Amino acid sequence: MKGAPYAHPSPTTTLKRARSAPYFFLLPATILFALFFALPIGYAVWLSLHKVKVSGLGLGAGARKEVWAGLENYTDALTDSELVDGALRVLGYGCIVVPVMLGLALLFALMLDSDKVRLAPFTRLAIFLPYAIPGVVAALLWGFLYLPDVSPFYYVLEKLGMPQPDLLDGGPLYLALSNIAVWGGTGFNMIVIYTSLQAIPAEVYEAARLDGATPLQIALRIKIPMVAPSLVLTFFFSIIATLQVFSEPTTLKPLTNSVSTTWSPLMKVYQDAFGKGDIYAAAAQATIIALATLLLSFGFLRAANRRNKRDVSQGGVR
Amino acid sequence: MSSLAIGKADTAAGTTPGTAQSRPPLRRRIALIPTVTLLLGALYCLLPVAWVVIAATKSGSELFSTFTFLPGTGFADNFSDLSAYRDGVYWEWMGNSALYAGLGALLSTVVSALSGYALAIYRFRGRETIFNVLLAGVLMPPVILAIPQYLLLAKVDLTDSYLGVLLPQLLSPYGVYLSRIYAAAAVPADVVEAGRMDGAGEWRLFTRVALPMMVPGMVTVFLFQFVAIWNNFLLPYIMLSDDEKFPITLGLFTLLEQGANTPALYTLVITGAFLAVIPLVALFLVVQRFWSLDLLSGAVKS
Repeated sequence: MKGAPYAHPSPTTTLKRARSAPYFFLLPATILFALFFALPIGYAVWLSLHKVKVSGLGLGAGARKEVWAGLENYTDALTDSELVDGALRVLGYGCIVVPVMLGLALLFALMLDSDKVRLAPFTRLAIFLPYAIPGVVAALLWGFLYLPDVSPFYYVLEKLGMPQPDLLDGGPLYLALSNIAVWGGTGFNMIVIYTSLQAIPAEVYEAARLDGATPLQIALRIKIPMVAPSLVLTFFFSIIATLQVFSEPTTLKPLTNSVSTTWSPLMKVYQDAFGKGDIYAAAAQATIIALATLLLSFGFLRAANRRNKRDVSQGGVR
Repeated sequence: MSSLAIGKADTAAGTTPGTAQSRPPLRRRIALIPTVTLLLGALYCLLPVAWVVIAATKSGSELFSTFTFLPGTGFADNFSDLSAYRDGVYWEWMGNSALYAGLGALLSTVVSALSGYALAIYRFRGRETIFNVLLAGVLMPPVILAIPQYLLLAKVDLTDSYLGVLLPQLLSPYGVYLSRIYAAAAVPADVVEAGRMDGAGEWRLFTRVALPMMVPGMVTVFLFQFVAIWNNFLLPYIMLSDDEKFPITLGLFTLLEQGANTPALYTLVITGAFLAVIPLVALFLVVQRFWSLDLLSGAVKS
């Protein structure tokens, strides 16, 4: 890969350089992938299959030895009630977040795309704005809005003489956490869906309109089916992101006792790795979460593809 | 169902050419339902931001006594209190975030551009395998990466350092994906071929011919990665213990952790959150015109 141009390169050297060039261009990505993706994943899997054996009193350098544990850490993890409870909580949370967030995103995208809508650039930017706000800050803002002492909602409820539910406990806590995720993610997904709506040629609608279709019919029968690939894509990434929720419940933790240190599976992994110092158990749990995430997201993708012939995984790549 | 709709629409459009142009303009009126729906959505999204802007102006006592959306008088005090907090550690957090996100996104964009260009322009053995393997990184839950990354970096003494936060974020599978799409759309293969025939080296073809054409797409990749690193919490949370190296997300979190039990610290947390929101929002407003969001859905018009 010489920088200087040759005056008269022979066809063979040109071909040779052209042949090896892509590998040079891909070298940084490949090295980074090996060091920061492949190696850590391999190491996590290795750790998950090992445990520490303490001999004697556990004192001295040779007293703690890493020994093969087989699938012991995995069976421990799957029977660990904290991890299972966390997984169930996050599934419940995901069942609220994903449909509400994508439903709103689709609704707003369709509204932006409709004729004669006013203030569209302003509202589009406003709804997209939360994307620029870190999850921690979003959780912090909403956390304060949930606190009776400073919240405007409680102020209004109090003035109206209405009951004031504790938003940071029990069932409402799910809604409170879900709301943070919906708030943060709707705008991004809206833009994804909106851009694919924009890609639909105008003649398509014109034809439908001539056939006497109402805007609602056009939205339901033409627009939604045509943006199905991007809906599948947003669903896919939303599932992955939702199952890995960490920073929002972690941020709310100081504000309420109802969020335990093991509220979500990821928090449980963190707790086991750094709180208890059992990196072997944590590695097995992390591996299970990764596998479950991949199973769920790809299971969804397969189911969606069966219904929809257009394959998102290759969408747009030529 | 979708293919059916397209087929029907195509035939219909084909049989009625020019209708869109020849129709008289429709009576202009506001579509009420969409406009109101979007305004409600905007209100919902702006509410917490509006709240923090106003709450940051309140002194500690005003925060609990006056109506939420009534501005207070304490912003200057809050600002100087926050700046004085632990000898100005708050501004160190901001600086750190700017460093992590700025430098990290820049290097990440370079890596993405190189990879995306190679994957889009060249035909070579293993191309799809390399692409798919890199892309699979998107699917890896950060936790399965972050903890072993920490343990491995600990072996080379890089935890609790700037490099420990920067290095793991340099490769963005999503950035590689976007760069490939963009390079395929923006860099014509015959232009590269013509340059090659003229005797330009492969590196020169990339830097002089392809890269200028890829700039708009790379701006998008840079911004994505900037936002991703700026907003990242888990990695620095795991990697760092020295709070002078914290990014703003982690710093605010520790501030909240200390402040939760002492309402006197609420104003600091709120003012800190308000100031932390400004840089990214400002960045968005300034660069949104350079940001080709249509890249998001992989739709590139060539």
